[in-house]
Amino acid sequence: MKSIWISLLIFAAMVLSACETMQPMVDVATAVGVASGKITQSQADSLSRSTKAVGESTAEITPEQEYYIGRAVAASLLYQYPPYSQAELNRYVNVVGQTLAQASDRPQTFGGYHFQVIDSMEINAFAAPGGLILVTRGMLRCCKTEDALAAVLAHEIAHVQNQDGLHAIKTSRLTAAFTIIAAEGAKQYGGQSLSQLTEIFQGSVGDVLNTLVVSGYSRDQERQADATAVAILRRAGYNPYAMVEMLTIMKSQTKPGAGFGKTHPDSQERINGVLSLVGSPGKVSPPAARQARFERALGAG
Amino acid sequence: MEKWKGQMMVGWKVLLSMGVVLLLVSATWSGLGTMSVQVRDGQLRSTPSFLGAVVGSVNYGDQVDVQQQQGDWMQVNARGQQGWLHTSALTAKTINVGAGGKDAPLKASGKEVALAGKGFNAEVEAQYQKGHQNLNYAAVNQMEIITIAPQEMMVFLAGGDLKPATGGGK
Repeated sequence: MKSIWISLLIFAAMVLSACETMQPMVDVATAVGVASGKITQSQADSLSRSTKAVGESTAEITPEQEYYIGRAVAASLLYQYPPYSQAELNRYVNVVGQTLAQASDRPQTFGGYHFQVIDSMEINAFAAPGGLILVTRGMLRCCKTEDALAAVLAHEIAHVQNQDGLHAIKTSRLTAAFTIIAAEGAKQYGGQSLSQLTEIFQGSVGDVLNTLVVSGYSRDQERQADATAVAILRRAGYNPYAMVEMLTIMKSQTKPGAGFGKTHPDSQERINGVLSLVGSPGKVSPPAARQARFERALGAG
Repeated sequence: MEKWKGQMMVGWKVLLSMGVVLLLVSATWSGLGTMSVQVRDGQLRSTPSFLGAVVGSVNYGDQVDVQQQQGDWMQVNARGQQGWLHTSALTAKTINVGAGGKDAPLKASGKEVALAGKGFNAEVEAQYQKGHQNLNYAAVNQMEIITIAPQEMMVFLAGGDLKPATGGGK
């Protein structure tokens, strides 16, 4: 008879697999099962957990899990590229970046958006999942205005918003992770499931890092990130044409196949794409106060 | 024959129970306008815009009652506080802590909240760190300390003569 109850609960899980509110439902079903003595509390807990995992495997990874992946990606990048310890510059980049993030379509991530200048003259910037964004000193040198800096940061925020980093993780890894999470309650793996999850975690972090540092996102993802960045810049009040100016400087200074050039489409291609979105409003001339604070902050760096 | 009858009975019971399950599904599906906070610190704003003043905050796992929606913003009631939350802070799923099924702890200390997680969580991160030397988590923790207050952002926008489009953050 127990097997019938368990079959019913699995049926409930299947019926509800496309429904986001399935968990309360399965909780009700398991509670009924336990109350009537048909299944044990331990079985109920396991089924409840398994059902939740089935739901998760069809949806995106949770913001909390994204946060831990992002921390690991950033921890690795910050080992390769040491942080540039210039408090005033870092704070300024955070004020610009966090303000822009609030104007994005994803203002809230699990741990929030945080920015860090890294001590490298290579022209590059990285967005770890969840909102940890790193930008090199070399990239800052390509920015002549706060609007241009905002363009760089908005492009990275766009990758976080669009979850491009997470999309780099092989589906098979996530499927394996969710299977372990589902099995964890039923079999109470304990240490073993932890080490298996950690292995999958390591693989997932590696997928993201490989995309950020070696292979780069697809042309479509980059084009979309530029379009999203233009929208963010406009909302925050910046001149999106600053992105064209920044890309033009970058183009003159980037060696193909190195740093940003290695992982991003040709700058001219991006310039043309952005121009098609913003037109040609001409040179960016920020108000004096904005330019002064930009020069003060970057001068300090 | 008796065995066959017994199997029929079991079959009917299964079908009947599946019907009950489906009824329960539809009752749950109708929704009561309750959502859960899926970020560590959710900001409640006075208006449905990133320019709205912050009037309160909610924590990971908090349940909120949704009153209305405008674009990507939801007006919610959370533990007596009222305000607008961006949808990126919310999920329709209930956030559970382990098998106990309770809501995540209301206080937002990082470690306690991390324990509420499933899958890739603080425990996995700790295990991952044990096996790797080439990581700089100290710098990551340092990064996370820098949080710009909404008020400072407003001063920054005004000081740079930035005129945001109203209703930004959609």
